Amino acid sequence: MPKDGLEIRLDGQGKPMWLVLELTYRCPLKCVWCNNPLDFDQYSKKELSTEEWKRVLHEGRELGALQLGFSGGEPMLRDDIEELVEEAERLGYYTNLITSGVGLTLERLKALKKAGLKQIQLSLQSANRDLTDELVGARAHDLKVDVARMIKAEGFPMVLNVPIFRQNIDQVEDILGLAEDIGVDYIELANIQYYNWALLNREELLPTREQIERAEASVVATRERLGKKMTIYFVIPDYYETRPKACMNGWGTIHLTIAPDGAALPCQEVRVIEGLEFPTVREHSLEWLWNDSPLFKKFRGDEWMKEPCRTCDEKEKDFGGCRCQAFLLTGDAANTDPACAKSPHHHVIEMAVNKARQKHHEPKPLVRRQIGAVTTVFMAHK
Amino acid sequence: MSENRHFEPEDRPQMDPKYLLRWEKSQDAYVLLYPEGVIKLNSSAAEILKRCTGEFNVDKITAELKALFVDSTNIEKSIYKFLEVSHAKGWIRD
Repeated sequence: MPKDGLEIRLDGQGKPMWLVLELTYRCPLKCVWCNNPLDFDQYSKKELSTEEWKRVLHEGRELGALQLGFSGGEPMLRDDIEELVEEAERLGYYTNLITSGVGLTLERLKALKKAGLKQIQLSLQSANRDLTDELVGARAHDLKVDVARMIKAEGFPMVLNVPIFRQNIDQVEDILGLAEDIGVDYIELANIQYYNWALLNREELLPTREQIERAEASVVATRERLGKKMTIYFVIPDYYETRPKACMNGWGTIHLTIAPDGAALPCQEVRVIEGLEFPTVREHSLEWLWNDSPLFKKFRGDEWMKEPCRTCDEKEKDFGGCRCQAFLLTGDAANTDPACAKSPHHHVIEMAVNKARQKHHEPKPLVRRQIGAVTTVFMAHK
Repeated sequence: MSENRHFEPEDRPQMDPKYLLRWEKSQDAYVLLYPEGVIKLNSSAAEILKRCTGEFNVDKITAELKALFVDSTNIEKSIYKFLEVSHAKGWIRD
């Protein structure tokens, strides 16, 4: 999921400091906010092999990558993850596993510890069993809580990733209480960002401003109470900001994602932008993909910017926001992110926000992430 | 938030195991790696943190730093300040 960039406190000097490997888009869960592509099922036959991933790891280190995320889909569905962690550790990465917890058995957890894995990010959606299970479309709540306790018992630092939306935002206090009880080191309460499945379900998922304010008050109170015991991040949705997020800390500056089929991407969502080519590590070196490919050069720097970004004195702060959001909501990826109040398209954000406020809206069914949930034949698949 | 921790000469600061300190050739510097983050350190910060193992007291750390750096005026004060900041950031703990 795109980050607001606040977690990297280092100028990458043109190096892809943060490398994310999306090992697979396969996943046993059906989350209605999933950020994987709508046609996720088209990728399973094209997944990189163990040896191909190892080559990516080598080339990434040579380019100066330091932080490494194993993500997905559910990365535990790959049976070579222990081997890849071991290789990554040998090469000197700081290794992070980003998981739903499904498939993370005690045996595999111990093997990952032995391989040198540094940190685990586990997702949890609520403090309530029925709600979690409903939201992820599987009986997963109890398993997730057990896995969280197991991760702590094995001595891993842990980040609990809690995606926030209308259905769980009023339970922030309960979720923080559960996290405290488990003993997590960091909890990230991140309002979801609206791409792919989340965008399909936006009308039902977007919380109101009042809900966000109440949740923020719970966060502030818990921070006061716990001090340094648990670090709490609270990310509000950009729909409620008047300035866009500094998406990926700028296109092609520090973030490099490799998709299951080996495509090198400036962010995980970028395939939503039509008209771009997505070359893979099967045909090219990572060095060429990062430094010279047309994709990475497309929105690097500020040459591509239009008004109002071009002459804006904040352009070095937020880089014009998110290219994917600009494309999805305005039809042109080079436009200012409409989350910015200066954007001539800002009304599309205001309309979504106003809709969330309506008291008597007719509920729509949430579309679960699964094959056949939406028609994807129209998506030209490369 | 809790008040700043003040260090005494006999305290033995220790790095929080969540943080990993190591030399990074591509940055030509020591870096501090932790969940979701990277911090590049200047040489004096790195030399202090290298000694935050729980084995050395602040007095010993100060003496070693003085021997390492030619310009060591005011170094004592800045070491104490740096430890305070590191503690506040959670890099080192009691």
